[in-house]
Amino acid sequence: MTVPLTWYLVLSGILFSMGAVGVLINRNALVIFMCIELMLNAVNLAFVTFSRQQNSMDGQIFVFFIMTVAAAEAVVGLAIIIALFRNKATVNVDNINLMKW
Amino acid sequence: MLESLLFIIMSLIIIACAIGVIFQKNPIYSAVFLIQTMVSLAVLYVLLHAQFVAAVQVIVYAGAIMVIFVFVIMLLNLNKDELERDRNKLPMQKPAAIILGLILVVMIGIIMARTVFQSAGGEYTPEVMDQIGNTQLVGKMLFTKYVLPFEIASILLFAAIIGAIVLAKKQIIKEEK
Repeated sequence: MTVPLTWYLVLSGILFSMGAVGVLINRNALVIFMCIELMLNAVNLAFVTFSRQQNSMDGQIFVFFIMTVAAAEAVVGLAIIIALFRNKATVNVDNINLMKW
Repeated sequence: MLESLLFIIMSLIIIACAIGVIFQKNPIYSAVFLIQTMVSLAVLYVLLHAQFVAAVQVIVYAGAIMVIFVFVIMLLNLNKDELERDRNKLPMQKPAAIILGLILVVMIGIIMARTVFQSAGGEYTPEVMDQIGNTQLVGKMLFTKYVLPFEIASILLFAAIIGAIVLAKKQIIKEEK
């Protein structure tokens, strides 16, 4: 007996929503970045599930490109956070409001 | 039966660890929970007959990306009052965000549960994939059908390296002058 593929999709949806909630409730820029990674992982799970359902390899290839983008985003984003921390000595997004208005 | 049991255990671990990522005060605990989430996701990829994606998930996500995160957390060396400060600037933010998140879960859940799968049209059934080998198929696809996106991805990674060096080095050069 195999697991219905719908379950994987529901798990992916739950994981994505948790990432979105994490972005909304956290004030620490590093944790917000981790929640973005959580959302990217949820999308990867959905891609692999549809790839399995369609008996196709395309979804798995797309997962690699998403991973590439995630790695590039993490590297550049963390470099920005380090540069911000040097200038303002904080990673709290409430205090980084220079460009707010 | 074993597969269902494994799926249920792993999805419970994933959800529990995701809650840990969101609600931990200390970013290093969030990072450790996120590593556990990613490793458990790799198990689900193996269940979905995507062995190579599972290996890459462990090596790249749980290995490389999370090492960068932990490295930056250690480098910044945040103290306790830095983490606690200004937490109550928007008092209703947390409950409002959780309610919105629950609405999002229900919406996505309804859409996902109603998904009607079309009949599978592809040629790579699990049996074929086991015969040829998942890794070989991924390599073949990357160097034939997806060769242009593959090259663009390499340019993107190159740009990210340059960007990280430029952003992180700026201050040091200024101080030297």
